[in-house]
Parts: sequence; structure tokens; C-alpha cells
Amino acid sequence: MRYAAQRLVQAVPVFFATTFLIYAMVFALPGDPILALAGDKPVPEQVLAVMRARYHLDEPLLVQYGHYMLGVFRGDLGETFTGQPVSELLQDRWGVTARLALTAWVFELAVGVGLGVLAGLRRGGAADTAVLAGTTFVIAVPVFVVGYTAQIVLGLNLGLFPTAGTDEGWPGSYLLPGMVLGSFGLAYVARLTRTSLVENLRADYVRTATAKGLARRRVVGLHALRNSLIPVVTYLGVDFGNLMAGAVVTEGIFNLPGIGQQVFQSIQLQEGPVVVGVVTLLVMIFILANLAVDLLYGVLDPRIRRARA
Amino acid sequence: MRVTRSRAAALAVAAIMLSGGCGGGSSPAGGGKAANEFSVALTEPDHLTPGNTSSSYSLTVLDALFDTPVAIDPASGTPLMRAAESVTSTDQKVWTIKFKPGRTFGNGEPVTAQSFADAWNATAYGPNAWTNNYYFDKIEGYDELNPESGEPTTDKLSGLEVVDDTTLKVTLTAPFSQFPITLAWIAFAPMPKAAFADLKAYDQAPIGNGPFVLDGAWEHDKQIKVKRSPSYTGDRPAKADAVTFKIYASRDTAYTDLRAGRVDLQLTIPPASAPEAKKLLGDRYVATAGGTMDYLGLPVFDKRFASADLRKAISMAIDRQAIVDAVYNGTFKPMASLLAPLVPGYRENACGEACAYDPAKAKALYDRAGGFTGTLNLWFSNADPSYEQWMTAVANQLKQNLGVADVKFRKVPASDYLSTLRAHKQDGPYRNNWVMDYPSPQNYLESMWGEGNRMGWENKEFLDLIGQANSAPTFDDSIPLYQKAEDIALAEMPMIPLWNWQDQIGYSTRLSGVNVTPYSANLDAVSVTQG
Repeated sequence: MRYAAQRLVQAVPVFFATTFLIYAMVFALPGDPILALAGDKPVPEQVLAVMRARYHLDEPLLVQYGHYMLGVFRGDLGETFTGQPVSELLQDRWGVTARLALTAWVFELAVGVGLGVLAGLRRGGAADTAVLAGTTFVIAVPVFVVGYTAQIVLGLNLGLFPTAGTDEGWPGSYLLPGMVLGSFGLAYVARLTRTSLVENLRADYVRTATAKGLARRRVVGLHALRNSLIPVVTYLGVDFGNLMAGAVVTEGIFNLPGIGQQVFQSIQLQEGPVVVGVVTLLVMIFILANLAVDLLYGVLDPRIRRARA
Repeated sequence: MRVTRSRAAALAVAAIMLSGGCGGGSSPAGGGKAANEFSVALTEPDHLTPGNTSSSYSLTVLDALFDTPVAIDPASGTPLMRAAESVTSTDQKVWTIKFKPGRTFGNGEPVTAQSFADAWNATAYGPNAWTNNYYFDKIEGYDELNPESGEPTTDKLSGLEVVDDTTLKVTLTAPFSQFPITLAWIAFAPMPKAAFADLKAYDQAPIGNGPFVLDGAWEHDKQIKVKRSPSYTGDRPAKADAVTFKIYASRDTAYTDLRAGRVDLQLTIPPASAPEAKKLLGDRYVATAGGTMDYLGLPVFDKRFASADLRKAISMAIDRQAIVDAVYNGTFKPMASLLAPLVPGYRENACGEACAYDPAKAKALYDRAGGFTGTLNLWFSNADPSYEQWMTAVANQLKQNLGVADVKFRKVPASDYLSTLRAHKQDGPYRNNWVMDYPSPQNYLESMWGEGNRMGWENKEFLDLIGQANSAPTFDDSIPLYQKAEDIALAEMPMIPLWNWQDQIGYSTRLSGVNVTPYSANLDAVSVTQG
């Protein structure tokens, strides 16, 4: 518990550093966001001035950042250029991305580890070759190709899944995008599990366990697999954050109004408060996911747990 | 030991799931559509206050929620009375608008001349910083509401006078024969008293005087639901009970949903999908020429572009049809006019030879003008990949047909593009796009070729003609004068017309009576086949 608290305290400077960095980066983008809002139409100077003052765009970076942080401590995350509060926006979108990422993550975990074990146990066999070839293919194909193809074939032509939107709720609307989003990670998980398992199966303790006359199922399931999963868990932990952040393309293709879609739009519009809000949130998720990974290590490997105590 | 371990694992997983916030949020059942309603694919609007948006997506929604004083007859491009009974003037400067009596807003409040004046004042009031502010700059008192510096001393346009409940007198700063047609623009819609109590809330839940009223909150990036207005007594009562605007981040996804029967009407089928949509939807695919035009602007302020012959040579060296076919699947229409075809006064071949593809003549003209030295920079924004595609084609054609040796691309971030043009930083031909506000030659000519234009082009004769046309006694009298002005702009060619956009519309078998015009989606006229 103390360990967990320590890690959370470490998150505080990370929070300040990221918010400032992101703010500075958005600030550094070229162009005038207010003018861009108007499209091709003329904008009277008076209107420009009012809008700039409203969003503190006429002030230097540090002052802008100060305004933003003051707001944050008062529980006000600022608002978008169209006047929507960022906190409300995150609330609306947060659940969508979380559901999508979680669906992808569970898919990645279950199918990835399953395929990895299958391939690892039959090294050099047909299953192994198939998994290797399949995962190479998935890693090589860009996610939007997988996305559009899955949408057209599985959604439109075969009608197995809804093509887009969140009308069906969870899980219906999230299964197909979840699988698309998780496919890339799945390939990695499968490969990691396979390699790690193959190595561990040749380790001394496995030979000892087999020599003791333990059933193969127990040797693999309890001893070899648990050790093999340590790198996989590390990857899955980090990947959860990646999934949240990497949902931009998938959310676009499947029209899921999540935070990935929002951050993409906001960067284009140079909406500092939104980008900072979303990215800071993502950083927090990364930190939490990594914390969870560290705690899980202890479960998988007692030596790590004891070393901490 | 085993138990604690698996519990710890379960806790850890639960922690991850909690951090993912997997709980919460509603998931509507979806699917089951009630009989007499349909859905329209839309992109997220920016605002829903009539004075504060010019986004075409907002307009689609607002057109269902509001009746503007006049509407536009799609056949002739001339005004039809809608909320107004008549718009008259003897001198084109002082206008009397009579409104139809007995109309109400969706909340039951009566629509009066004051409702219009209130909305117009709010839009013209500088500190509100609403997008449509500049549409009121022809009304007297606009300058007082938008002072060069400091706060305005009044929040009412002195040119607006509410004579009685149904009469509004509008005094302009100068005669303007096109005034009636401008009243079709959404910024001239009325707003109820209820709006001004909380303008921010109103932007999220506008109350209008149109055939539909909002049904529930605007669910951002998801949907906007409207239902038939119970209190509407106007000229276009809704046939359907309700319409759901489903919001899509990408037109391609919306089109896939249209094919899957998950959305009933799409107003913007992507050009790349047009040939397929034509085959797939048959009669339910409709292409209409809109008011949006693309031009190639030339920086006349740069002395290398000072020769009109050189500018014409560039125009004649561009094969518009080939580009439209290659980049836009032939869905856009090459233009030899500065005006879009739907604008009254449009002449199909106003430009003549100077807009016809003729490499030999172009080269001759180019040589006679002394050619071009240095690097020819082509400017465009990164807002859409098709801009770079057609600019690349233009670059190749200029190289091949004119022998311009050194052509480079200046791709500018979308958010920076217009400030670049405003600051006259473009030192070469640039993409210029115009989305029509109202079908008047004035909207094109004065906005783009008028004073302070992006090309840095100055022509007194042109400005005089525009001034004369604006103060012509009638709309019909103004047209020949605008055409003369257009002739000058074409002869001088500071900006080259390229092509006119088309809107590709598609709808499901459930709908009938779909009549989407460049001015309105006419959602009130759509009926749903039930059962």
C-alpha cells in the first residue's frame, strides 16, 4: 500500500510537467485559431479581439498557462472554442474510449495469450507457423486498412456487427472496433507469450518439475506459463495506455465519440485546454496502468514481492 | 496462499478496469425506429445560435428549427416570403419588412418584429463575438456596436425600428438592392425573449419558429433529435414526426452507414464514393450544383504577376476538366464564370477564351507577357488531401504547357492558411474557396474582388459598377451591372475560376419527397414509408 502511495505521489511532478509541455506545444503551433474558426468569411477586428481575450490568446504563454492552472485548481478545466466546458466533454467521451480500450484489451489478452501458448507448445508445428505468419501480417497492415476492411466485410456485407456508432451500446457496438484496435497488440502479445514460453520450457526448473513426475498441464500452466507472462504483463500494462491514446483512428472509422477523436479535432483547432485536459488524463492512465503492472509482478513472481517488503 | 494470490490478481485487474472507468454511461437500446421518423447524417455543428454559425452542418439543423424572413426559390434564386409577408423599399436604403401575424416560437412565445430586432442586435453587437456579425455591417449603427477600440456605448442598431408587432423598419448605410435576398440567411432568424436570459444555454438548446423543435438535449458528437413543432402554423409543416441528426466524424463512415441502412439521408456523399453511390442507389442518388466555388487566386501585389496576359496564360494552361475527372471523379463542374450556376445573372461562358484550355495560345500569351522568373510557389492548406492532388496537377500543367521551370508547393496548416492570405504572405497562386451566403452576384464579386481583397487587385471601374448595382432600383436592374463588373474581373483575371462543387445526396428506400436544394434540405417535406 505504501508502495502504491509512493508511486502516486511521484505522479504529481509528472502532472505539472506534462500539462506545461503540452500547453507550450499547442501554443507553439502556427496560425491563429480564432481566425481559422471563421473559415473563409471576414471577421471584424472587434470580434477577433473579444474572442482572443476570452481565451487569453492575446497573452504570453506563462500567463495563459497560469490562467489554465488556476482554473484547474478551482475545478474548471476551461472550455472549447464553441463554449462547451472541457470537463463535460471529457465526461461524455471518457466512457466511450474506456469501453473501447477495455474491449480491445481483453481481446488482446485472451486471444493473444491463447495463441501464444498454442504456438509455444507446438514450436515448429503447423499452429506455430500459422500464428507467426498471421501476426506478421497483422503487424504489417496499417490499422485503418484493417478497420475499413472489417467494417465493410464483417459489418456491411455480412451484417455480423453494426457498421458504426454507439447505438447498440456495450458490447454490441464495441466488439468490432475493439477487435480492430486490439489486433495490433494481439500480435505482439501472441509473439511475446510464444517466445517467452519456448524459453521457459527449456529452463531447469521445468525439467525438474517434469522429472518430479508432475502432470504436463501443471508444469506448463503453473510453472512455465506464469514466469512467461511477466514480459507479457509489462506489455499489456503499457499497451492499455496505448490503446486509449491510439483509439484516434479506430474511433474515427467506427464513429465512436471518444477522447481520441476529440484530441485529434482539438489539435487541429488548437484548443489548448482540451488537448491539455485529454493528454493529462492519458498520462494519468499510463501512470496507473504501470502501477497496476508493478503490483501484478508481485503476484506472478514472489521474489519481487519479497524484495519490496 | 493460492487464495490470496488470486485475490490479489483479481484486485489488480479490477483496479485497471476501474481506472478504465468501465462503468457508467448510458447505452440506448437503439435499432427499433418508431414508424414516422428518419435520420440524417451530420457532422458536429459548432453552434446552434442562428447569429453565431456559418457552418453548413449547423445550417442543416437550424433550417429545420427556424423560419427566416425570406426563403430562396431554388429555381430562380429569387426571394420567397417565409416569416415575412413583404420586404419593400422605395429607395433601396430604407426597407420595410412586414411579418406574418400570429406565428409563435416552439415555446409558445409570439414571434414579433421585436423578436427579429433582438436577434439582429445581439448578432451585430461586437462584444458577443458572434460569427455572423459582419452580415449586419450594411445596417445603420453597425459601427457604434463595433468600435475600433473600446466598448460600444449602445447594444442596439440605430437602423432598426420596431414600428409595431408585425412591422420592422430597417435603415441601411447605403442603398443595397440585394437586401431582400440576404434575409434568407440564418443570421436574420428571430430569437425569443427566453433566449436572452441565458445565451449559453440557448446555444445548446435553441428555441425557434420553424417546423421542428428540439427534442431533448444536443448530445455532442452523437445526435441531435428534433420533433414536429406543436405550435407551428407556418407554410411548411413537417410531414415526419421526428428527425434524428446522427453525428459522424467522417463522411466515409456516414456513407457506410447509409449503405447498411443505419442512416436514412446523407447530404454529403464523399466524391470518391460518388460512382458507386450512383450505381447502388439509382434514383436515390442526387447530385446538385451548389454555390461553392474553387478559384486560383493570384498575388497581383507581387509585380511578377502584374501582367493580365500572364494571369490569363495561367488560366488557359489549366485543364480543368482533366483535374475534375481525376481528383473529384467528375463530380465537380469546370467553370468559365466567377459566379456559381445557381446565382441569378450567371452566364455559362462569361469568361470565354481565357478559361478554355488551350496550351498553344497560353504559351504564346505567356511568352508575350515576358514569362515568369524565379520560383512559382503554389499555396494551399492541408485541410483536405484533394487540395494537394489538384495543385499537383496544376503544377504539372504549368510546367508542361508554359515551361515554368521551378514550381514548388507551400502547404500551410489549415489554421494558419487564412491568416497567411490576410497578411498577403502568399507569393504565388493560391487556392481560394468561396461558400455562398446568398445567391447574389454581389455576394461573390464584392466579397472577393471588392476593397481589401486578397489579390491586392484594385480597379476603380469595377468598384463603381458594384456600387451602382448595389443601389440599382430593383434586383433585376442590378444584374446587368454586376455582369459588367464580372467582365472586368475576368478581363483582368486577378483570380481564376476553376470549378463549382456539387453536393451528392443519397437516401434510403424508406424516404420519399426528398428535395434537397442548395439552400435547404427541406426536411419538412420528407415523408417516411411506414411499416
